[in-house]
Amino acid sequence: MTQTRSLIDENGKRTDGRTGDQLREIKITVGVIKNADGSAFIEFGMNKIVAAVYGPREVHPKHMALSDRCVLRCRYHMTPFSTDTRKNPAPSRREVEISKVMREALEPSLMLEDYPRAAIDVYVEVLQADGGSRCAGITAASVALADAGINMRDIVSACAAGKVDDRIVLDINDTEDKEGDADMPVAYMPHLELVTLLQLDGVLNEDQFNQCVEEAVKGCKMVYEVQRKALMQKYFGNETELKEEQ
Amino acid sequence: MSSSRRSTIIVEHLRKQQMWDSISKGKRLDGRALDEIRPIEIEVGLIKKANGSARVKIGNSEVVAGVKVETGEPFEGLENKGALILSAEVLPTASPYIEPGPPDEETVELARVVDRGIRESEMLDLSKLALIPGEIVYVIFVDCSVINADGNLFDATSYAAVSALMNSKLPVFEIRDRKAVDTGEKQNPPLTTVPVSITAVRIGESVILDPTAEEEACMDARITITTNSDQNFAAVQKGSTGAFTVEQLKRAAATARIKGEEIRAKLRESTKAGK
Repeated sequence: MTQTRSLIDENGKRTDGRTGDQLREIKITVGVIKNADGSAFIEFGMNKIVAAVYGPREVHPKHMALSDRCVLRCRYHMTPFSTDTRKNPAPSRREVEISKVMREALEPSLMLEDYPRAAIDVYVEVLQADGGSRCAGITAASVALADAGINMRDIVSACAAGKVDDRIVLDINDTEDKEGDADMPVAYMPHLELVTLLQLDGVLNEDQFNQCVEEAVKGCKMVYEVQRKALMQKYFGNETELKEEQ
Repeated sequence: MSSSRRSTIIVEHLRKQQMWDSISKGKRLDGRALDEIRPIEIEVGLIKKANGSARVKIGNSEVVAGVKVETGEPFEGLENKGALILSAEVLPTASPYIEPGPPDEETVELARVVDRGIRESEMLDLSKLALIPGEIVYVIFVDCSVINADGNLFDATSYAAVSALMNSKLPVFEIRDRKAVDTGEKQNPPLTTVPVSITAVRIGESVILDPTAEEEACMDARITITTNSDQNFAAVQKGSTGAFTVEQLKRAAATARIKGEEIRAKLRESTKAGK
């Protein structure tokens, strides 16, 4: 990527006023879609993404069923009005790839062997896109899966880190994604301490690479706190809030 | 929609057990060490009709890549740059499990990961490939065909695409009356670096390099790391349904740097010999 302007000012503030290790504002609401078995709506900076889970349910077509475990199906899709220029609603190659990495990021967290011959469908719709929609999508999908009561080993939290103006910063926004030097989306299971998604676009040396992974993992842990609170809020309401305050 | 599925190759339980036992002792079923890459064969310039071409074999995996050059409109947002378009296809010749038809998600991922390695490392200096900025630019097609699949298609396809680009001669276009005209002359492409992708997979607690199709059928997780000539990282893609620890990732990254340098020397040597 070519550098056109400075993305970090002399006070260390980024284009949206954040410091290097600050996340954008995250808000997660659980159970927003009444018909779904589990759902979540996430606002991650300017991202607005809804995730819905259906299942475990019968597999159609039937030949796709697996006798020893459940089939997980994922779709990441952007609405035509989610971007600056209208996006063709047909799935692009980018969306096909993201659907795949998203499924692979979620699969390690699920006990699919508990539901043989069934399917779990995860639909992620991006209503408004800002940088980092795949991370926000995975984060919301994992909350929706928990909301659906699927047996899970851990929750999956996702966050990107990257290099902007030769500095490693957390949670790359849209401008930094387009004009910055490197973007590394990471998904992480905070209790099992395992990385389930790792991608990198852009050039990093070995120290920066290691630092980037560590920063992203830190970001994932912060995202996890928001996920946990959102789920607590739905299932235990204000009761827990009071307890936590004490 | 992305759907989990069984592996295309079904490895018997006994064979799987044998593989696990063997790998835990530091040796693989085909006798290789854990970090040993199968012999690589590279032939360049075999397709005379292409502007550049290469055939790469890693063990039994075999990929042919061809470069074709045209002129056309630039991509939106990249008006002052040439356009690079990379495609990959796994041909029905490649294995009994592949059928003709539109690319499945694995093939889409293959093409995008190989593309990412070449694009993000800025192997081609695309800013030198604009004829009339915003109107007419060089359009470089790199098309890769997997003709036999025996694992590690990410690396095989990447080496084929990179070798084909290194082997290529671009036609010299001139602008006459705001139209691009082929002068019949040839030029070297504006290459800046040699990206090398290294794929490692985790089977149980061991991480091995250059997996065969059989090993891929037993893998827990995969990671493809592309380094450039400065030994920096340019692209990474984790794949498959397992996970890695942060430690394993750091180690895989260090390995990718060291092994990448060996492969880079090989790519440079083979493409020189072909000219």
